[in-house]
Amino acid sequence: MPDSAPVERTDAELIAAVLSGDTASFEPLVKKYQPRVFATARRYARRENEVEDIVQEVFLKAFQKLRSYRGEAPFEHWLMRLAVRTCYDFLRFHLRNREANFTDISEQDTDWLERFNTGSAEANENAAAAKELVNRVMNKLSPAARLVITLLEIEDRSVKEVAALTGWSVPLVKVRAFRARAEMRKCLEKMAKNKFL
Amino acid sequence: MNLAEVQKKLLTAARADRPSDTVPYAFEKRIMTRIASLTVIDPLMLWNRILWRATAPCVAIMVLLSAWTMLSGHRRGSTEALAADLENTMLAPFENIGEAW
Repeated sequence: MPDSAPVERTDAELIAAVLSGDTASFEPLVKKYQPRVFATARRYARRENEVEDIVQEVFLKAFQKLRSYRGEAPFEHWLMRLAVRTCYDFLRFHLRNREANFTDISEQDTDWLERFNTGSAEANENAAAAKELVNRVMNKLSPAARLVITLLEIEDRSVKEVAALTGWSVPLVKVRAFRARAEMRKCLEKMAKNKFL
Repeated sequence: MNLAEVQKKLLTAARADRPSDTVPYAFEKRIMTRIASLTVIDPLMLWNRILWRATAPCVAIMVLLSAWTMLSGHRRGSTEALAADLENTMLAPFENIGEAW
């Protein structure tokens, strides 16, 4: 009985085919990596149409810049670097809800903040409100601060990895991380004042 | 309020909230449609590709013609005659110059 299963081509083979003019070979690459790019984009954009725009831009850029991929590192690393930079561009050009102030936070958010303060066990149960609060705090941060907090603190990457992903130098990542933490604390301070003063 | 503690807990909550990696239906088709609309054919690139593809057939034709010429020459057994004929043909215009004076 002949084996009819199609042979899966490697990334290098697919890239070589795309570069030689076979555009259709780009589709398996998109299919393979789009879940990871979607997950990354969802860290920086909340609306689904914005997420889709980011992912689309990432793959269009990847297609256009494919010749600059030298094959020294896995394609996934190159693509994720492109994705992070596109997300950073998105944050810089779409500064959302900047005019909103901390009084916009809901009663649920402030309750959650208060429970955190008192160390109530209920706080852990109220995870949805926690997520919302995190999103609101992240939205108040500058694009660089948000990016560095996301990569370093939330995704738990090393400074070197962050430097590679963002294209910043290691000392610059450290400086920006320090400033980002301070900026985040300032945001929380303002939020606490609004609630308790 | 211990802000450092709150910040730490917030980051823990954010870490626990892993974003979904679901992809809208046939999203890759949308990307490929966009790519197809973006792809502009570069005439030089096209010419280059055609030339490269034509290389193998041209070499094959050259080899076949060479073989055919050689074989037909051997069959007639007149390599010298062929050389004389070629010389006559090449020098024919010069012979006519004398007649023109």
